[in-house]
Amino acid sequence: MTATSETSARKFGYSEKVMDHFKNPRNIGVLEDADVTAKVGSVACGDLIKLYLKFDPDHDQIKDIRFESYGCAANIATSSMMTEMVKGKTIDDARKVTFKEIAEQLGGLPRIKLHCAVLSRQGLEAAFLKYEAKRGRVKIDESFVNKVLRGVLDPVEGVDVISAKIVESVAVEQGKRVIMQLSAKAGSELAKSLTDDIHDAFEGLDIELNLKFKD
Amino acid sequence: MSQPLVPEPQTQKLVYLDNAQTTRLDPAVLDVMKQFMMENYGVPGGEFGYRLEEEAREAVEQARETIARRINASPQEIIFTSGGTESNNIAIFGAANSNYYKAKRFVTSKIEHTSVLRIIDKLSRQGFQKTLLDVDQQGFVNTADLKAAIEDVRMVSVQHANQEIGTLQDVAAIGEICRNNGILFHCDAVQSFAKEKIDVQSAKFDLVSISSHLIHGPKGVGALYVREGVKLQSPLEGDDRERGLRPGTPNVAGIVGFAKAVELMTHEHALRMSGLRDELIGALLTISDSRLNGPTGERRLCNNANISFGAVEGEAILMHLDLRGLVVNTGSACYSQKLEPSHVIRALGGTLEESHGSIRLSLSKWTTKEELAYAAETVKEVVDKLRELSPLRRKVPAQR
Repeated sequence: MTATSETSARKFGYSEKVMDHFKNPRNIGVLEDADVTAKVGSVACGDLIKLYLKFDPDHDQIKDIRFESYGCAANIATSSMMTEMVKGKTIDDARKVTFKEIAEQLGGLPRIKLHCAVLSRQGLEAAFLKYEAKRGRVKIDESFVNKVLRGVLDPVEGVDVISAKIVESVAVEQGKRVIMQLSAKAGSELAKSLTDDIHDAFEGLDIELNLKFKD
Repeated sequence: MSQPLVPEPQTQKLVYLDNAQTTRLDPAVLDVMKQFMMENYGVPGGEFGYRLEEEAREAVEQARETIARRINASPQEIIFTSGGTESNNIAIFGAANSNYYKAKRFVTSKIEHTSVLRIIDKLSRQGFQKTLLDVDQQGFVNTADLKAAIEDVRMVSVQHANQEIGTLQDVAAIGEICRNNGILFHCDAVQSFAKEKIDVQSAKFDLVSISSHLIHGPKGVGALYVREGVKLQSPLEGDDRERGLRPGTPNVAGIVGFAKAVELMTHEHALRMSGLRDELIGALLTISDSRLNGPTGERRLCNNANISFGAVEGEAILMHLDLRGLVVNTGSACYSQKLEPSHVIRALGGTLEESHGSIRLSLSKWTTKEELAYAAETVKEVVDKLRELSPLRRKVPAQR
C-alpha cells in the first residue's frame, strides 16, 4: 500500500484494519450457553467489555468466544481482533497472545489507545481464571482474587484497582467468602461504580463478596 | 463470521454540525479578503501614510466601526486580536498586570473555556487567588454564590454562552453585581457574538472577547472590547498598535473579513437557527434513554444542541456518524487527547456515563431542515446499532 492511500484510509489516527474491525466487529453478541463470562473495565471510564467463552472440556480449547463492548472504536476493534486471534486455540496457546500482538495485528494503535488492547487481554485472562476456578483447578484464594481484580479499573486514573491501590486488602475465608477493604468513601460515586464493577468481575463464581468502604 | 454491524456508507455531501468548533467561510467574506491580500496589501499607517497604508487604515477602522456597532460600543473600545484565546489572555493577564487594580482574587465558573480556566489557574500560582463558581444542573452560575464571593475580587470572568451545552448566563445580573462592587467583569462571548444580543451599554461589561471564525469569518482573528477607562497592562510587548494592547502587524484581510462576516450574520439567522435547533432537540429526545444537556428556549444559545445517550460511548458514535458523512462533537473522555471527560458535563453533576455518551450538534446559518432530519435519523440508527453491542443495554429499561 502506498503512503497516500494509507493516509486517506486513516481516520482519527486509526489504521485501516482498526476501522475495519470497528465497522464490522467479529464475534459480537451473547453466547447463551457460555461456560464462563468475564466483564472487565469500567462504565465510569467509558471502557468496558464483556466476554463469553465456550470450551471443549477435553482439550481446554476455546470452541467459541463472543464479546460485547461499551467503549470507543479502539475498544471495539481490539476486542474483535483478540477474539479472532484466540478462537480455536487451547488455553495455553491463547495465553501466549500478548496485547502488543493484538495491537500489531491491527496495524498499530494510537499510543493513548494501547490500554484498549491491554483491557481485551485482561478480559481473556479473567475468563481463563474463572474457568479454571470453576473446574476446581485453581483455589479461590487471595492470589486468585487479586488476579481477577487486575481487570477492574479505577475510573479516575484508568489503571487497575490493585495498581491504583484502591483495594487495600483482600481476605478469603473457606474459599467462598471474599472480604475486601477499599479506599473509596462509602456512598460516593466511586464506591457505587466500584461495587458494580467488582460484582461484575466475579459474576458466575460461587462466592460471597463483602466490600468494605471507608466511612 | 457475524454480520457487519453497519452497511458501507453511501457517498454523500458532508452534513457539518460542528459549527461551535468552527464554521465554513462565507464566499462573500473571501471576496473582500482577497482584495486586502492581493491588491490593498499594505498595513495601516499612523496619522499619515502612503496610499497602501491609508487604504488599509481606512478598511481596518471601518471594520472596527462595524463590530463596535454590533455590540453598541464605541470604535475606540474595540481592539483586534488573533482570536478568542488571545482576547481572553489580554483581558485577564492584562488586568492582573495592571498596577491600577489592587484586589487579588479572580472569580470564574467551572464550565469556562479552557483558556480562561488555565489563565486563572496560572495566576493562582503567581500570587493571586482564584474562586471557581459551581453551576447548576443546566449550567447556570448562581448570582447569590457570586455575591457571596466578592471580597477582594479584581475580576469576574464568566462566559456569555457555554461552548458545549449552550447555557446563556445572566450576564446583565453578573455585570450589575460587578459594577456595584468595583470589580472588572470580563465576558468570553466567543460562542454567542453576532448570534445573541450583546449590548455593552445596557449590560455592564468591562471586557468582552469575541471571535470571527464561528460566524463564517476567517480563523485567526478576533477582538476584545475594552470599556473606556478600563486600565490593562498587556502581557504582549511590541509597538503601539491597538493601543499597545495587541502590538504587531494587524491581520488586515482577516479584520476586513471579520467585519463582513458580522454584517452577513443577521438576527433572522439566529431566529431561524433557534427554531431548527428546537426541532432537532425534539427529534433526538425521541431516542430512548436520552437526555438534553443545558437549558431550553431563550436561555440556550440559538445554534447548540447537546444530548447524552445511555449505554453508548461518544467516540464510537462520532466515528460511525463520520463514516456516514455527519460531523458532530462529543464530551467523551475517549475522544479527548488526555482521556478526560468534558469538564462542562461533569460540572453539571451528571454521571460519568452521561459525559461519555454526550454528543454536541451545532448549527450554522446555512443548516437546513433536511440536513437536521438526516442527522436525527442517523444518530438514532448509530445509537441503536451501538446499543446492540453494549453490555449495558439490558440495564437500560430496568433502570429508567
